[in-house]
Amino acid sequence: MKIEKIEKEIISEFENFDDWIDKYNHIIEFGKSLQPIDEKYKTDSYVITGCQSKVWLHATFNEGKIFFEADSDAIITKGIVGLLIRVLSNQSPDDIIKAKLEFIEKVGLHEHLSPTRSNGLTSMLKQMKLYALAFKTKLSQNQ
Amino acid sequence: MYNINAIRLDFPALHQQVYNHPLVYLDNAATTQKPKIVIDTLLEYYNKQNSNIHRGVHYLSQQATTAYEEARKTIQIFINAEHSHEIIFTRGTTESINLVASSFGKQFLKAGDEVLITAMEHHSNIVPWQLACEERQTKLKVIPIANNGELLINDIDKLLSKKTKIVAVTHISNALGTINPIKEIIKKAHQQNIPVLIDGAQALPHIKIDVQELDCDFYCFSGHKMYAPMGVGILYGKEKWLEELPPYQGGGEMIENVTFDKTTYNELPYKFEAGTPNVGDGLGLAAAIKYMNTIGLGNINSYELSLLDYATKKLKKIEGLRIIGEAHEKAGVISFIIKNIHPSDIGTILDKLGIAVRTGHHCAQPIMDFYKIPGTVRASFALYNTFEEIDIFVEGIIKAKKMLE
Ligand SMILES: Cc1ncc(COP(=O)(O)O)c(C=O)c1O
Repeated sequence: MKIEKIEKEIISEFENFDDWIDKYNHIIEFGKSLQPIDEKYKTDSYVITGCQSKVWLHATFNEGKIFFEADSDAIITKGIVGLLIRVLSNQSPDDIIKAKLEFIEKVGLHEHLSPTRSNGLTSMLKQMKLYALAFKTKLSQNQ
Repeated sequence: MYNINAIRLDFPALHQQVYNHPLVYLDNAATTQKPKIVIDTLLEYYNKQNSNIHRGVHYLSQQATTAYEEARKTIQIFINAEHSHEIIFTRGTTESINLVASSFGKQFLKAGDEVLITAMEHHSNIVPWQLACEERQTKLKVIPIANNGELLINDIDKLLSKKTKIVAVTHISNALGTINPIKEIIKKAHQQNIPVLIDGAQALPHIKIDVQELDCDFYCFSGHKMYAPMGVGILYGKEKWLEELPPYQGGGEMIENVTFDKTTYNELPYKFEAGTPNVGDGLGLAAAIKYMNTIGLGNINSYELSLLDYATKKLKKIEGLRIIGEAHEKAGVISFIIKNIHPSDIGTILDKLGIAVRTGHHCAQPIMDFYKIPGTVRASFALYNTFEEIDIFVEGIIKAKKMLE
């Protein structure tokens, strides 16, 4: 599925909630249901810096698509990174690099976007885009 | 009687809504809100008095100079320093400690010497000493803490030696709330002629400080944690030490005579105040002190302790909640964790309820390592907090806990 289409899906899910508690409960549930990351990636070399809680992120490249997995010791952070994975995993490097991710603002998560925010949505996004860039560079070198 | 309603009206920033909830501001150890009189002092200064001091012959410059020197006196009297030239204006605690670590280091630290700090220091009372120690191959020694967050005071005797050149201790821990027995520590150090620096960043807003009674050699604090503007702080130093230390920064104002061969330095306090000072905020600090004096430090202290007591009792009833830092002597700071929940998650939910707390390591990572926790949630009280706010805070935690478990 295209990135924008998944974003639309998420936006309409969040439209069902009229208060922030339901919204956060949804994020928390999402965090709980996130596929567990392989334990071998839960080391400091996979930690994203800039978050108050720990976030481990790992990416693999397969047949032109990038697959992300992540975990966090904080459940809201885990939910947020889970949303990002839902949108950006199984996409091509180019699409990930280009993604504007307007859903963040539309579902009201933009308050987490400030670069100094403790749960560092910005750092996670940056790291995912860096992975995309790295795989893209590698791909062009191989051709 | 402590007129809390009247006091709250003095602080404009308290009266606002955050995400449709009335703001409950419990992050006072990070910085306090400012009373109107402080804000008005800044306005008045920039509206009417602004000019560069100590230099101009003109009317405004004279006025600003007088006001600034009066502010210095107000601060001197507040902490009962012997002389006003023992009061050095800085940017804050961090700069005050850096000044001493750098100048004292240059003058007195040699290879093989030791600097003694404690396990509960804020990074700003660790890193400047590490820098000084690295430069001079000096060793940093650490007084350990017990599980309840108190210093292991008996270890000091073992750690103090002929090699120890200075002791640097926080008066009150920003992460644990512990009030350290600094008088006792100073006495022990002085028995061996070792000077002591106190990091008073968390003490000034809560307890009466008398630097002569304490007999400390240096005492550092920040204006912004005691109702004054950001960007101004104080280094108190005993005259004898300040005379012996070399200047920290060079520039205008701190010199007596400059030729290309040799510069002679100005007298105290100007030797340590290079460049154009932060006059407006200095006046703001004096205004904040006057404000605290009108309420009375004794009244502030006993009111805040009753808040602390009330909050501690209520928090302890929450299942799975563990208070980090249970020293016998504490100031209005409560750090805690809740079983299986990350502090930042609690902070995020509390924020949504309009409650401002700090989460994380509070710039005291060694403490978190000691307790083997990623951080804490910290509520810290000021003279304007209320018992109702604590009720809201506790309800907020219960709500957050329900959502996050
Ligand atoms: C105990 C302690 N020391 C030092 C500091 C540093 O103060 P400032 O950032 O105002 O220089 C703080 C502030 O957080 C503190 O709590």
